[in-house]
Amino acid sequence: MGNLIDLINISKSFDGTLVLDDLNLSVKENTFVTLLGPSGCGKTTTLRIIGGFERANKGRVIFDGQDISDLPPNKRQLNTVFQKYALFTHMNIAENIAFGLKIKNKPKAYIQDKIKYALKLVNLDGYENRSVDSLSGGQQQRIAIARAIVNEPRVLLLDEPLGALDLKLRQDMQYELIRLKNELGITFIYVTHDQEEALTMSDTIVVMNQGYIQQMGTPEQIYNEPENAFVADFIGESNIVHGTMIRDELVEIFGSRFACVDKGFGTNTPVDVVIRPEDIDLVSPEEGSLKGVCTHLIFKGVHYEMEVTTSDGFEWLVHSTDMCPVGKEVGIHVDPFDIQIMNKPASEDEEAVGVNE
Amino acid sequence: MKKTKDRLKRIGENFYLVFIMVFLYAPIATLMVLSFSNSKSRTQWGGFTLRWYGEMFQSSTIMTALQNTLVIAFASALIATVIGTAAAIAISSMKPLPRTVIMGITNIPMLNADIVTGISLMLGFIAFGISLGFKTILIAHITFNIPYVILSVMPKLKQTNKSVYEAAMDLGASPVYAFFKVVFPDILPGVLSGFLLAFTMSLDDFIITHFTKGAGINTLSTLIYSEVRRGIKPSMYALSTVIFMTVLTLLIITNFAPEKKGAHKN
Repeated sequence: MGNLIDLINISKSFDGTLVLDDLNLSVKENTFVTLLGPSGCGKTTTLRIIGGFERANKGRVIFDGQDISDLPPNKRQLNTVFQKYALFTHMNIAENIAFGLKIKNKPKAYIQDKIKYALKLVNLDGYENRSVDSLSGGQQQRIAIARAIVNEPRVLLLDEPLGALDLKLRQDMQYELIRLKNELGITFIYVTHDQEEALTMSDTIVVMNQGYIQQMGTPEQIYNEPENAFVADFIGESNIVHGTMIRDELVEIFGSRFACVDKGFGTNTPVDVVIRPEDIDLVSPEEGSLKGVCTHLIFKGVHYEMEVTTSDGFEWLVHSTDMCPVGKEVGIHVDPFDIQIMNKPASEDEEAVGVNE
Repeated sequence: MKKTKDRLKRIGENFYLVFIMVFLYAPIATLMVLSFSNSKSRTQWGGFTLRWYGEMFQSSTIMTALQNTLVIAFASALIATVIGTAAAIAISSMKPLPRTVIMGITNIPMLNADIVTGISLMLGFIAFGISLGFKTILIAHITFNIPYVILSVMPKLKQTNKSVYEAAMDLGASPVYAFFKVVFPDILPGVLSGFLLAFTMSLDDFIITHFTKGAGINTLSTLIYSEVRRGIKPSMYALSTVIFMTVLTLLIITNFAPEKKGAHKN
């Protein structure tokens, strides 16, 4: 299966500030791709370039084998769900949904059918004659989705569509979106800064920072095998420490040696080591590879969050369902496959280029 | 003790309010009363009559002036609304610095003393060899009306969610279709109140019209001015009353119509 969308060497700057630098991205048909990153990382700009609302300074946008870089949004076969819904408030729900179909001069009966179908799809049957203002935020967002999908786009672009909703509603909508994607079989490109949202919904996550793609992969890959400190830090919580790769499958952290599963870093190479807080086992001081004192304890509901300070002053973040009282001496143990080794970035540029390959 | 003090205070407040109202509106009320008085005396009530209104409507100079005034007000307001709305849209999409500069420049005709605007327009017309007459009044009125339209459309544009326009484009609308179908309905209250404001301003204007009208044409305000110099006829009272009522009605519409719409929206 070929790529549905290819972004080739896209660069974009606003007022001399570089937002996207030589970005390459491919999206396969019928996948849920999430662009994830902090605000200002260029994820929304990337989406707007695909949608045609911004024009790249350099590079090309290929859609289904055709160069659409110069096409205006109204000539592109994709639809967008905007962050603030962007519903037409002077029209009722049915008129909103019919907007795109009327422009395409579809027959009346077809439009009526489509409105019914779309409303059913987003669980808002019978809302045809309601006014936009009478709907809640979540309902408005679902109408915005309905308005986009009646046009049967090949790709649906979603720009932080759940950002304005409360937590419960956001979670419900996440499941709705997954269901919609599976039912409709269209490609979703989703922009968010919420890592949990990205992990829940995506087939592929593209982590971006400062206009560069940092890492691209499945949610499992992104979470378990972050390629650099930024990704490790941005996705979930993590302990990132300096280490030295002694040889294959052996790393030294704070003078203690840990067995790991990573290879190919050479011998005595300085590296970054990522250990997730839930992967640290607290054992008795004698059994642990490192010794420390528990200095902080917070009950988080699902687990306890603890801080263990080792003799070198590093505070390890530990998540565990077992409580360790403050002041108690403990040992730290980590299983080999829970240790993730990353090359140290030589410069900011390399940090970014390293993930483009 | 406290009760009497409160009551005194309330009476004082009411008295002050009534005093101010009388001060503001007594002259106009006097004018309106005199326009119905069957006597040429300015101090004596001569019984009710509609004679002056009849005289007013029969006078061809007054009727021509009225027609000129209405045509100029309507045409200048309409043209200023089109230009002003287009300008407001362009200005609102500018970057902050140029926007502030342009807004400052467009506000000058509004803040400028009418007499300066009037004289400079007159000099401009003469310098460019445009003979003064109906068209110069019209151009002058359009000029001073544009800033009012811009000022009343701008806030509406600011409220409008920009992505609404993009959403329309996204659904296949051409830029023109998208504008008239989704942006224009949103800013319509602002456009309408801009039009009414411009219409009222044009109806009201004397000084600028006086300097740009040339000989042989009069609007109501310039007509009244020239009539008054020859001695006041009571039909002028009637005319002034009609003008006042028209402006008042328009102002009420301008102030209440958009609010009603907004209330409905919320």
